[in-house]
Amino acid sequence: MALYPLPIAKYTVAALGVLFFLVLPLSLHEYYLSIANLVWISIIGALGLNILVGYTGQVSIGHGAFMSVGAYTAANFATRLDFPWPVNLLLGGLMAAAIGAIVGIPSLRIKGLYLAIATLAGQLIIEWTINHVTFISGGVQASIEVPRPQLGTVVLNTHREMYFFLLFFVVVAIVGTMNLMRSRVGRAFVAIRDQDIAAEIIGINIFRYKLLAFAISSFYAGVTGVLYTYYFGIANYEQFQIGVSIDYLAMIIIGGLGSVLGSIFGAAFVTLLPIGIRYGMEAVSGVLFSEATVHNLIPALRLTLFGALIIVFLVLEPEGLNRLWRNIRSYFRVWPFAY
Amino acid sequence: MSAILEIADVSRSFGGVQAVQKVSVDIPRGEIMSIIGPNGAGKTTVLNMISGFYHPDHGRILLEGTDITHLAPSEIAKLRVARTFQNIALFSGMTVLDNLMLGRHVLMKSGVLSSFIYWGLAQREEVAHRKRVEDLIDFLKIQDLRRRPTGSLAYGLRKRVELGRALALDPKILLLDEPMGGMNQEEKEDMARFILDVNEEWGTTIILIEHDMGVVMDISDRVAVLDMGLKIAEGKPDEVRVNPAVVKAYLGETKTSEVRHG
Ligand SMILES: Nc1ncnc2c1ncn2[C@@H]1O[C@H](COP(=O)(O)OP(=O)(O)OP(=O)(O)O)[C@@H](O)[C@H]1O
Ligand SMILES: [Mg+2]
Repeated sequence: MALYPLPIAKYTVAALGVLFFLVLPLSLHEYYLSIANLVWISIIGALGLNILVGYTGQVSIGHGAFMSVGAYTAANFATRLDFPWPVNLLLGGLMAAAIGAIVGIPSLRIKGLYLAIATLAGQLIIEWTINHVTFISGGVQASIEVPRPQLGTVVLNTHREMYFFLLFFVVVAIVGTMNLMRSRVGRAFVAIRDQDIAAEIIGINIFRYKLLAFAISSFYAGVTGVLYTYYFGIANYEQFQIGVSIDYLAMIIIGGLGSVLGSIFGAAFVTLLPIGIRYGMEAVSGVLFSEATVHNLIPALRLTLFGALIIVFLVLEPEGLNRLWRNIRSYFRVWPFAY
Repeated sequence: MSAILEIADVSRSFGGVQAVQKVSVDIPRGEIMSIIGPNGAGKTTVLNMISGFYHPDHGRILLEGTDITHLAPSEIAKLRVARTFQNIALFSGMTVLDNLMLGRHVLMKSGVLSSFIYWGLAQREEVAHRKRVEDLIDFLKIQDLRRRPTGSLAYGLRKRVELGRALALDPKILLLDEPMGGMNQEEKEDMARFILDVNEEWGTTIILIEHDMGVVMDISDRVAVLDMGLKIAEGKPDEVRVNPAVVKAYLGETKTSEVRHG
């Protein structure tokens, strides 16, 4: 189990990490940082969904809606009451957690596909409510602008500033999730997924813990929604529709269910894929298709690829990219002596 | 007499099947009480009612004088009643260590926030409870298996780990549903040794369901016999062995199984 057999290797990895994630971004072009920022935000959301789906074994197609709950809660507090962003972030997370726990109530009685449908209903009801209740959505556009976040007197305007701002939350979310999963609460989640009868006999209150999983997962989603809102400067319900719920499911399936590292890989992969597709298509545009065709093709191609990838991973590698990474690592650990 | 558990006039039916009918048994504190009987006699149903999976249609179950008849399984676990299952219910994707740590779930307290932060409260708790789990691992001689997922273990070892998970609760009462089922002779002897040691070292009251008469007669303080949902005998092993009703119930079973195989 020695991940890094020598301390020197551990320090090297840590030093490379600091160099790559903290020093390099100081000189990178803003465009790349804007992409990195999207990855950061999605990692938090993917971790949250993985706690519920991967670790606790409860399916949810409502993750996008829980993000919107966080987003609109924060936006309303920010604009109506001028609350500072840390307060709004917390309130957005808590409100999403409360709503998430309510949507999770059916999980006491139903499982699998039926639970998926129930959470889908939750997604649609929340979408509709936000879209139609102007008190929440702030009017016809159903979008609310928020002021830029501030640290002391510094206003975070650029992608570079946001990069470090978001990175902080990503690190907290990753470390926190790892901690959660290696202690009492996380173990209970996995116990429910593995064997719910045995989980009851050792004293786990299944209903309470399922709701807890929904609440925690939705808290992450709420925070993700708030961060999107502050990143784009606006809360917009279109950003949290059902497609987003599916994207996040794709992240954890492709990355690896029940794995922190898998959540990170999956979030990065799914966020970067459309950008990769666009580059690829633009390279061949003009040659094969007209520019306009390419533009129309990209969303379709993205969906097709997602669908195909989800199926491929479910069938061939249920443990996702995380497993592939482990295989590669153990290969190189013995390299050049293969077995 | 100090009964730690009183099963008073308990009945339970499933559809048309009277699984248990008006059964009363007092379990004396600190003893090993065996429940025996032919297949389908209602033994597992009695354990299921004690541990809260099923509730009796009639009758009451008292733990140290407190009525636990209608409590949920997780609430009964909090009262330190632990159990193993006839067909093993381990968390098969998790390691032996995690399974045993989970056995201590109700004894631990860390909530979401302290787990998330970990360093400090949760870590201290992990370390403290890990000590007890390590003692159990030594006791059950499964030191080499700590990091193995329980799904990858041989059958006999899985039974042993399941006993370990139940012991991790530091139970007052340990309910064992055929802990030696499917084991070879050597494994059975090991298991019998563990059960006796648990009883002697920690004074744990044990309710044991077992088909192997040799083992039952050897290690039990008392034996209750069920047949078709009715309690047909109870007493010391030597008394029960020669009880005509018991002999008849078992002979009947032998005959039908001969018929079945013939
Ligand atoms: N959940 C249930 N639904 C329907 N019938 C049940 C249920 N549980 C038990 N029974 C029935 O109750 C009767 C007693 O079953 P039980 O499992 O208690 O027997 P047992 O003594 O443990 O038998 P074995 O030695 O085979 O384990 C059987 O006829 C069984 O079919
Ligand atoms: Mg049985």
